[in-house]
Amino acid sequence: MIITILSVVLIVIGLVFFFGAALGLMRFPDFYCRMHATGKGDTLSSLLVVLGFALYQLRDFHDFSHDWPVLLVILKLLAIVVFIFLTSPTSTSALADGGWEDGIEPIIEPGRANHLKDDCGPAEGHPAEP
Amino acid sequence: MTFEDFAIGVGVTLLLLMIPAIYRIVVGPTAIDRIVAVNVIGTKTAVLLVIIGVVFGRVGMFVDFALAYALLNFTGSIAAARYLHRVSQRGEDAPFGEEGN
Repeated sequence: MIITILSVVLIVIGLVFFFGAALGLMRFPDFYCRMHATGKGDTLSSLLVVLGFALYQLRDFHDFSHDWPVLLVILKLLAIVVFIFLTSPTSTSALADGGWEDGIEPIIEPGRANHLKDDCGPAEGHPAEP
Repeated sequence: MTFEDFAIGVGVTLLLLMIPAIYRIVVGPTAIDRIVAVNVIGTKTAVLLVIIGVVFGRVGMFVDFALAYALLNFTGSIAAARYLHRVSQRGEDAPFGEEGN
């Protein structure tokens, strides 16, 4: 019973983060802002939801010699968690880099410096420094 | 309410949360925005496959599908990022704006 409650709590927290990521993807004004919302929100919420379902599988586990397939399923779910945890930030970074190389200008408050230019160097598609 | 009903509700919520990503795919404004939205939908689909496995009681089978789908999604987004990098480094017209040509 307590395992079910814990997994439901994990899944609901994950859904809240999914909602935040979707809202940020829809509402933010800028490509880099949208990358920020989806890169963080999607990673954490996928981890939480899959971990919740992995925890729920644990309720069928009573003794090892009889229930070892359940342990295998939990191991595969944890493999998905590790895989998403490694690949989602990687693809977010690569896509943000591709967007900068593609010449997408970030929206910057007037009077502030564009530090992306210092960090990433001038890209082909960007206008030269005035 | 059983856990299966709850899982179906979670799946429907995930499906509804794909609508903002589809809006971003349709509206744009740049090509790479659409790629990011497709990436988001792919991540949601991998989670949705796990949920389908829980609902059908066959998690051991659907977990493999979800793992393969996450791998394909990662490969696709990395390939798109490398493509945009190459195009801009060759000095040609990058696929910026409505049509990439």
